[in-house]
Amino acid sequence: MRLKIEKRHENASTFSVLLMSILSVVVSLVILGFIILSLGKNPIEAYIQLVSWPLGTIAGLTQTLISMMPLLFTSLGLVIAFKMKLWNIGAEGQFYMGAFGATWGALFLFNHISNPWIMLPLLALLGAGIGAGWGALAGVMKAQLGVNEILSTLMLNYVAIYWVNYLVYGPWKGAGSYNFPITATFPKSAILPQYTANGINLGIFLAIATSFFVYYLLRWTRFGFEIDIAGDNPKAAEYAGVNVKKMVIIVMIVSGALSGLGGMMQMSGVLFRLQPNFSPGYGYTAIIIALLARLNPFVTVAVAFLFGGLIVGTQQIQLFLQIPFSLVNAFQGLLLFSFVAGEALLHYKLRWVRA
Amino acid sequence: MSQNIVITTVAGAIRAGTPLLFASIGELLAERSGVLNLGVEGMMLIGAFTGFAVSYNTGNLWLAVVVAMVVAALLAALHAFMSVTLRANQVVSGLALVFLGSGLSGFWGQRYVGTQAPGFSNLSIPLLGKIPIIGEVLFDRDPLVYVGYILVPLVWWFLYKTRAGMNLRAVGEAPSAADARGINVSLTRYIYTIVGGAFAGLGGAYLSLAYTPMWVENMSAGRGWIAIVLVIFAIWDPLLAMVGAYLFGGISVLQFGLQVAQIPIPANIMKMFPYLFTIIVMLFTSGEKMKKRFGAPSALGIPYSREEKT
Repeated sequence: MRLKIEKRHENASTFSVLLMSILSVVVSLVILGFIILSLGKNPIEAYIQLVSWPLGTIAGLTQTLISMMPLLFTSLGLVIAFKMKLWNIGAEGQFYMGAFGATWGALFLFNHISNPWIMLPLLALLGAGIGAGWGALAGVMKAQLGVNEILSTLMLNYVAIYWVNYLVYGPWKGAGSYNFPITATFPKSAILPQYTANGINLGIFLAIATSFFVYYLLRWTRFGFEIDIAGDNPKAAEYAGVNVKKMVIIVMIVSGALSGLGGMMQMSGVLFRLQPNFSPGYGYTAIIIALLARLNPFVTVAVAFLFGGLIVGTQQIQLFLQIPFSLVNAFQGLLLFSFVAGEALLHYKLRWVRA
Repeated sequence: MSQNIVITTVAGAIRAGTPLLFASIGELLAERSGVLNLGVEGMMLIGAFTGFAVSYNTGNLWLAVVVAMVVAALLAALHAFMSVTLRANQVVSGLALVFLGSGLSGFWGQRYVGTQAPGFSNLSIPLLGKIPIIGEVLFDRDPLVYVGYILVPLVWWFLYKTRAGMNLRAVGEAPSAADARGINVSLTRYIYTIVGGAFAGLGGAYLSLAYTPMWVENMSAGRGWIAIVLVIFAIWDPLLAMVGAYLFGGISVLQFGLQVAQIPIPANIMKMFPYLFTIIVMLFTSGEKMKKRFGAPSALGIPYSREEKT
């Protein structure tokens, strides 16, 4: 007997895709349970806390929405790139560069502007612009020289993180930070409107609004159409008059701009000052969100919300059950594996055959 | 004085290059069989963690190395199953491996942060180690560095001079022709993906047992990715991979040299150098034409099936 794989002839129905997604999550959770058990902790108790705090309490729900915001901006950026089968793994770096741009604007370039209606759009432009530039670097290298974008965006992530480290440990270290590597606090005009005392801010709503924008862009514009065909078959796209090289660069710019905007929102909406390691890997989690959402902008909102809850919930069980936060990464790896296996099984079926 | 700086820098380059060397030799073997495994970073991390944990608990360094290799090979087997049997997307599966390796090592490794475990110390080779300068630089190192010296010519000989090596290259180059000649394509890909993983684990173990004998979360710091770039830089040749690995090692210890020479570059800027250098290397080695002219395995990343000839 051996395992044989055969191509399915019919396309997978929406129902079987949904079923497969749920199955992926369940399988990952079961395996994760054993991993939690290996540390001598009770997985059932951990799961109950993991869900009940971020989704079942007002305070937890607020935190979930706040951590959804950076996840949503970065994953929407990736949805656009992945649609064209451009593996932008650089959302993390583009996010850092956006935060850098916002801090630069708020504390140095425009620090004399006291009207938030002028300040905030300027910061958004600067953050998105620098994020876009960071994405464009990889785009240009890919289009002109064929540099693999996975590797280049990844390297650029490290460069961006060390760049921010350099600034906050060095020239941008704030007065009164007691020698901690942290910048001064943003002026009032550079802070997004806050609706509750615990941090519900405009950025969350802008992130959700951005999903409509991305949907519109992909579904109803010529740009979206060209992304689609260039992603499906670059040769055919070239034949249909699409300049694929130009598209690679533009898509990386748009993708980087959204992640950069996310970085700006995180600064102006949540953190108000730049510090090292201010992201627990939002840009990497975004890869999984975009893929699990199957590149649908609206589903991305829902998945980003759940992952926001996952991050908040894991911080909670780290605090109360002493379960290391790296659990999130392990879970993401398991999810991605079951996703990719599930995806393969939707297109192929396995059968035992006599050798 | 300046002679001392040269010795420290070159010796440092070899030490910093050795984990890259192991990881890129491993990736090279997997890619030669036609499997792209982007999960090197994850396999290195799991290797670094298990190596450290075994050394901490048993004090047996060689056992630690073996366990690190076996555990990393298990992760690689998962990737092989995804890419060979399920014919899944190799990019996504490789990324999943990075998350899983980083997550599991961080999760299980937390209790080892800040602890100390036995690590490899330098072992001067009789006679060779006595040669002035060269002996000190090359032959007064830890044993794993010597493993690297021996491994590279061995892999080169295996690839180009043995039947098994020829079969491996055939599977990566023209799987259907290899299949027609009676070579088991799937089995070959499984074997070399798994062996590749073991070497990535060895690279990781070098980090936590010799380079900096301790465990820190995500301590490989992108070396797994640099190893993948190195394979391209080396045009899939083990000897060039060795040159490249030591060169990259040199870049990452350059900061110490510059510090000694009192050139004032902030530490965080110097830490960018290996990544910037990697990008520069990619600029010069990435063109499609280049890849075709210098043996990139033609079937790299493409699943093979007898029924669907591509």
